[in-house]
Amino acid sequence: MQKLFRFLKPYRRELIIGPLFKLLEAIFELIVPVVMAKIIDNGIVRQDTGYILRHCGLIVLLGICGLCFALTCQYLAAKCAFGYGTTLRKELYRHINTLSCTELDRLGTSTLVNRITNDVTASLSGVNMFIRLASRAPFLIIGAVVMVLIIDWRLSLIFLAIAPIVAFLLWFVMHKTIPMYGANQKRLDGIARRTGETLDGMRVIRAFSRQKEEAKRFADDCADLEQAMLAVGRISAVLNPLTFVIMDLGIVAVLWFGGLHVDTGLLSQGDLTAFANYMTQILLAMVALANLIQILTKAQASSLRVAEVLETPGSMQDGTAVPDTSEEEAIAFEHVSFTYQGAGDTALADISFTLQKGQTLGIIGGTGSGKSTLASLIYRAYDAVEGEVRLFGKDIRTYSLDALHHCIGTVPQKAVLFTGTIAENLRWADANATEDDLHRALETAQAADFVDALPYQMETHLVQGGRNLSGGQKQRLTIARALAGKPAMLILDDSMSALDYATDAALRKALAACRDMTKVIISQRATSIADADLILVLEDGVCVGQGTHTELLERCTVYKEIYDSQMQQ
Amino acid sequence: MKNTILRILRYTKPYWAYLVLTLFCTLIGVLLSLFVPILIGEAVDLALGVGAVDLAGLGQVLVKLVAFVIVSGVFQWLAGLFVNRLAFGVVRELRTELTEKLGKMPISYIDGHARGDIMARVVPDIEILSDGLLQGFAQLFTGVVTIGGTLYFMLTRNVRITAIVVLMTPLSLLLAAKLTTLSHSTFQKQTQLRGDIGALTEELVGNQRIVKVFAYEKRAEERFSEVNAALGEAGRKATFYSSLSNPSTRFVNGLIYAAVGTVGALGAIGVLPWVGVMSIGMLASFLSYANQYTKPFNEISGVITELQNAVTCAQRVFAVLDAPPEPDDSHCLTLTDSRGHIVLRDVSFSYVPEKPLIRHFSMEAKPGQRIAIVGPTGCGKSTIINLLLRFYEIDGGEILLDGRSTKELTRDSLRSQFGMVLQETWIFTGTVAENIAYGKPDATPEEIEQAARAVHAHGFIKRLPEGYQTVISENSGLSQGQKQLLCIARIMLTDPPMLILDEATSSIDLRTEHRIQRAFEKLMRGRTSFIIAHRLSTIRSADHILVMRDGSIIEQGDHASLIAENGFYAELYNSQFAGSGETA
Repeated sequence: MQKLFRFLKPYRRELIIGPLFKLLEAIFELIVPVVMAKIIDNGIVRQDTGYILRHCGLIVLLGICGLCFALTCQYLAAKCAFGYGTTLRKELYRHINTLSCTELDRLGTSTLVNRITNDVTASLSGVNMFIRLASRAPFLIIGAVVMVLIIDWRLSLIFLAIAPIVAFLLWFVMHKTIPMYGANQKRLDGIARRTGETLDGMRVIRAFSRQKEEAKRFADDCADLEQAMLAVGRISAVLNPLTFVIMDLGIVAVLWFGGLHVDTGLLSQGDLTAFANYMTQILLAMVALANLIQILTKAQASSLRVAEVLETPGSMQDGTAVPDTSEEEAIAFEHVSFTYQGAGDTALADISFTLQKGQTLGIIGGTGSGKSTLASLIYRAYDAVEGEVRLFGKDIRTYSLDALHHCIGTVPQKAVLFTGTIAENLRWADANATEDDLHRALETAQAADFVDALPYQMETHLVQGGRNLSGGQKQRLTIARALAGKPAMLILDDSMSALDYATDAALRKALAACRDMTKVIISQRATSIADADLILVLEDGVCVGQGTHTELLERCTVYKEIYDSQMQQ
Repeated sequence: MKNTILRILRYTKPYWAYLVLTLFCTLIGVLLSLFVPILIGEAVDLALGVGAVDLAGLGQVLVKLVAFVIVSGVFQWLAGLFVNRLAFGVVRELRTELTEKLGKMPISYIDGHARGDIMARVVPDIEILSDGLLQGFAQLFTGVVTIGGTLYFMLTRNVRITAIVVLMTPLSLLLAAKLTTLSHSTFQKQTQLRGDIGALTEELVGNQRIVKVFAYEKRAEERFSEVNAALGEAGRKATFYSSLSNPSTRFVNGLIYAAVGTVGALGAIGVLPWVGVMSIGMLASFLSYANQYTKPFNEISGVITELQNAVTCAQRVFAVLDAPPEPDDSHCLTLTDSRGHIVLRDVSFSYVPEKPLIRHFSMEAKPGQRIAIVGPTGCGKSTIINLLLRFYEIDGGEILLDGRSTKELTRDSLRSQFGMVLQETWIFTGTVAENIAYGKPDATPEEIEQAARAVHAHGFIKRLPEGYQTVISENSGLSQGQKQLLCIARIMLTDPPMLILDEATSSIDLRTEHRIQRAFEKLMRGRTSFIIAHRLSTIRSADHILVMRDGSIIEQGDHASLIAENGFYAELYNSQFAGSGETA
């Protein structure tokens, strides 16, 4: 939580001056009845029309000043709150960027998105309301308390007796509801997640005609949320009326004992009136405070969720070294093992191999045998649990991740493109790539033909995820995207599965022409990797064979089986 | 804006009982609370001075006061509970309706809108709507009751001064209305940008791996900062503009107070005979009523921010609800059991009018036939599936199922005739078993296991921490191939007359594919099947192969005849082995 306060620091001025102006407004507001009393006491009694008009003019003047103070306060509040919120959101996003895949897997996308959007908004609303309201109520309370103490200290004991009760009430409601608000935000995350999934699976859902059931599951979630919100509502609904009742009962006590005091001459009738008035003022201020606390409670719950992300450290240590891509040894694995966090089985066990610069590594194996996991260790999405991964001759952990990723072009298994033009997508790896660079990448990726045939070529706009392209087209664009950065190493994670064989072959030929580039090709197709300098055959996370195509055909039964199953005519 | 509010109010209909109860309890609670200051005044009047305090009378008044306070408190508490029921109920209903509507939207709508933006409408927009509804409604009604009650008390005291107060009130309302329209556009901009930032975050964070491997973080942050800064700016403006209304109405109320004071004071000294009889005591009580009367206006203008925010969010929600859904087809025929005879006659289709994709496409699939569609990527293979299942409607020609145009059938019944496995896997957050049993929710654990065994997924499922009960999701670390196996297992449990396999095994290794071939054979037996695949080995055994290029069929026949033809198909087929030819 403290973490969030530092985002408020640049706005210290607004945080102090804003409430101060509000205070001034409140003071001016308190002066108005005094002036009015003067009008009654002096103006009416002395029948002085001029006096009345002058003092009414003064009230209008006080009003204008009050308005200016209030506007200044509102302005400062908005400035501070949104300044804080904008910085917080930016920092939160920046922090998410420093998290490694391990943390991202654990947290999940929808909750992060929710925290960036909703929770930050709730937190900044809290700040806004705090500046606007927080000074007024305590000021009025303190002022009124001082006044009642002066009038009759014995009577004010009544107030001192009920103040802790109200305070306890406020504390109790906050204490109970903060975790509940947090839990409700979690439920909202769940609803967001389900919405996202439903949108993704719209075709499947409709093919199974399951819209009704989906709608029902959704309705259940919403009903669950409704119940939970009602539960919080039940507690917080008590706060306001109960504060009223307690305070009003306090006033009743004041009137009774005050009446006794008047009777014995300890108090005048006028003082009793004033005392009751001040008690009413305290009451109204208390209720305002209670409302403010409710707003702040919600903001607090959201702020905690934001802080939780900010306090999640990235588990991956960044290095400083910059890869020297001219190094002869491109990739080396030494007894590398890996287990996903929270998973029982090892995903990779004791993998060792070396690959020289410019060579091609082929990885083949059954579904779920660990091929993609192996690739993700090369581009350091995860760190090996045991053993050492060396890239360009050095331990991969010594490199700056940024520099490392600039040397590696990765084509993920799932072809994802981003909203924007094709050219913008291709410039992901290198913002300054020239048009020629991009075109060359498209040529190599066998995507030039179809891109040129599009109505606006490279300037064609892609809707989210490139939904307006076919699977094969998307894959070729993701390959071109990786190539456009002219990487020293290219990793193709089964990224040719949607390509027909002719395109696949043409692509491999074009890649082979990039002699300096080290290539890692993961594929289901024996033909795609048969030319590789080194082939790893994986089965259940274990390397059951490595060598060239010819060697493996002789030595490795798993490889031979894969090859034969594909080659049989 | 008015229409939107009326429309929100219509949603309260099922909760009319709560609405009535809320109104009733607020009415009682607020009216009783208006008596509190009067009773306090009465009590003070009874304490005249030393030895002149009517203790018995005081006791009576105070007992009355205690009763009023407690009853008023209870009713206000109840009103709070009821308004919660009302607001949360409306929110649930709205959210449910919205997602239900999404299920009825044409696929083109879903395809054409950013995922994050739609999600923003379902979650934060409705959340803000709920806050506005809750606060706005409660305050508004409390305000109205307070105003009405005070007005009554004032009228009984002095009609003319009351008239001044009432005549000046529109000034504050006018001002509030003016400021509201001023800030409305900034609010819309803020809501719009909130949707934008949701969409951007969703896209970037959702694909964080790609962001990472491209070292794109800095530029992603720049893009994020840009939208974020715009949002901050818009939010600051919207909040500031809307926060003007509260001090402004308060200022107007100050003027009213001053006017009452002046007129009253002048009346009291007889300068203004128009006012009528006016004592100091009356003026004092009048001033306090004027204060009480104008306070609700402050409070109402105070919640205007929330209300405005709620209205703009409601507009975004209603925009989805108002978008045309897939046309109603309840009058159409519900197909229960088709034979699986499909004819496409002269079908034309394009996603964008200026770019025709499928042109004069004709084909026939006889019951039980296995139809393979091959061709280079982007030639329109997957589009055929969009058309068969009526995810998109054809522009020309017709598609017949068992001799009947598919347009005459309900979309649901048409779609349920197909079992479909797509290249893009879809795994939802739920257990493995739930995912497999998606098409047949009442499947027994044995059936589920059997389906998993058939596709050779049982092995890896067993190794998951909790087997079939492991909760998985799209990002839970299953490989693409494993996810595909689960999607195939899903189909194994259903019994549709027709099958569509669109690159269903593209991420499954050949050995596994080979092993599950038998299951596939069994699945396809007697069913009309459409297979799209690049691996021509999968396709060789098809009864009929359609070779597509640029949206039309250029060759068709069975494998042997197409090879003999030595055309485009033969070229595709031979290229499959070209790579290994040199080394093998």
